[in-house]
Amino acid sequence: MAAPVVKSRAGAAGAGARPDTGPAPVKIAFHDMGFSYPGRRALAGVTLEVPEKRVTAIIGPSGCGKSTLIKSINRIAEIGTEVKVEGRVLLDGRDLYAHGTDLVDLRRRVGMVFQKPNPFPKSIYENVAFGPRLHGGDRRADLDGVVERSLRQAALWDEVSDRLNTPALELSGGQQQRLCIARVLAVDPEVILMDEPCSALDPISTARIEELIEQLRERYTVVIVTHNMQQAARVSDRTAFLLNGALVEVGETERIFTTPADRRTEDYITGRFG
Amino acid sequence: MRRAVIEHLALGLLRGMTMMILLATVLLLGSIAVGGARVITWEFLAGEPTEGMTRGGIFPAIFGTICITLLMIVMALPLGVCAAIYMTEYSGNTRTARLIRASVNNLAGVPSIVFGLFGVGFFILFIGRSIDAVRGGGLLFGQPAMLWAAATLAVLVLPVIIVSTAEALTAVPRSHREASFALGATRWQTVSRVVLPQAKAGILTGSILSISRGAGETAPILFTGCAYFLPRLPVVHLPVPLTGLSIPMINPLDQFMELSYHIFIMATQSTDAAVTRPIQYGTTLVLVGLTVLLNLSAIWLRARYRRRPVTR
Repeated sequence: MAAPVVKSRAGAAGAGARPDTGPAPVKIAFHDMGFSYPGRRALAGVTLEVPEKRVTAIIGPSGCGKSTLIKSINRIAEIGTEVKVEGRVLLDGRDLYAHGTDLVDLRRRVGMVFQKPNPFPKSIYENVAFGPRLHGGDRRADLDGVVERSLRQAALWDEVSDRLNTPALELSGGQQQRLCIARVLAVDPEVILMDEPCSALDPISTARIEELIEQLRERYTVVIVTHNMQQAARVSDRTAFLLNGALVEVGETERIFTTPADRRTEDYITGRFG
Repeated sequence: MRRAVIEHLALGLLRGMTMMILLATVLLLGSIAVGGARVITWEFLAGEPTEGMTRGGIFPAIFGTICITLLMIVMALPLGVCAAIYMTEYSGNTRTARLIRASVNNLAGVPSIVFGLFGVGFFILFIGRSIDAVRGGGLLFGQPAMLWAAATLAVLVLPVIIVSTAEALTAVPRSHREASFALGATRWQTVSRVVLPQAKAGILTGSILSISRGAGETAPILFTGCAYFLPRLPVVHLPVPLTGLSIPMINPLDQFMELSYHIFIMATQSTDAAVTRPIQYGTTLVLVGLTVLLNLSAIWLRARYRRRPVTR
């Protein structure tokens, strides 16, 4: 199978769906960034720019450092372990790893959706209200509004509006993942990181999440890690290919999937390894 | 064919062993219940020992047991839970943290008599006498008292509380902590809003079980505060100014009688152990009853939280 796996979504949807594919300002930038866990180097020499209000997909085989790369943006890769970071990671031009970075503020600006849906064992309402409550938005009237807006944005409102006080764990897997997205949206972030958000979901739920990502890109910068190359092609504007902790190639998704510049990228996207 | 026989034998062996445990429990509790039930009357529960402790009741011992258990809970629970939270949520997995964890685990295996001697040496002779020296005016803190007995018991149950609390905390999925941090929660917000609500039931259950273990201990209080015979209750009456009234309060500097110690002296120190045997049975039944009550409350708590695992 030498041809690209699928047509790029950008091509399939037609130019009308992408009025703004011109150059966008850089939201996140990695400069020669390296990342090591105790006894294991996860990333080395990564230089990558993530444009604002675009969807950037990170692809690559298991263990290539994709997860570490996005978890380094909200600095949760370092939780519970000691890490060494080289180079720089910039958010709006400010170094995230500079001394004195406010992690609470950083994580409020950079939300994250995890591989497996991980709602808290609380009610649907309390899950969405969790973030706003952390940051001091405790007024009930305000909170109700935030919860409704977030659930609508996550395309979950119509399914749960009549049972906000029921346990979140009674929702289906796909609904739980949309709830997790709503929970992130409720703190009004600028960037949303997604670590293989559909890997535990069935195809229909996956399709709904992908539709959702399409809408999110209008307001948020999205970085999505995926194992699924069709998904990368469908949802992203730019794609970065990572291999063994190094960035092999990055570019417009359509170009990466039709005329990859690097032989290894071509081998990977055509399914020769990985 | 041979495999079927072995299967049969294995099943028989396992079932037999389990039945042995059941039998031992039934025999033990049964003999206590039968022997004790005859003695238990209102006078026995509410009265005090009379006639050289060969007759009368055990109320001072019941009262003393409840007092030191409460005092022990007040001392051990906050300390143990806080230490466990620090160890699991804050200290990470450094060499020091592992060392602390290992020493706590080992502390749980130290014989209780060692704690008793530690209580005398550390609490009474070191802390108590030091307070007295600073305070001046004779011996007050530097002698056996309920305060020190409860403190010694607290040290005894502390490692058990820490271990069971740490277990309950680590049972909370890592993904929930990650989600909380990723939303911008601080460590304390994550602990108080995500981890503790989920671990609460496990912490309470584990703590009650370890407390009920401590409540029946004799060795730690042997030298630290319990009295052979002390018919008056360890209570002081604090006068309320201007009213002429007074509030009765437990006096932690007094000595006290205690159930397990009472059984011990009845069985070994009595001039005629045969005469006091009914009292021994009765006292044992009351002690076992109190412990069972504590354990039942732990079971009830666990069942309650299991039925409603999701709370707002």
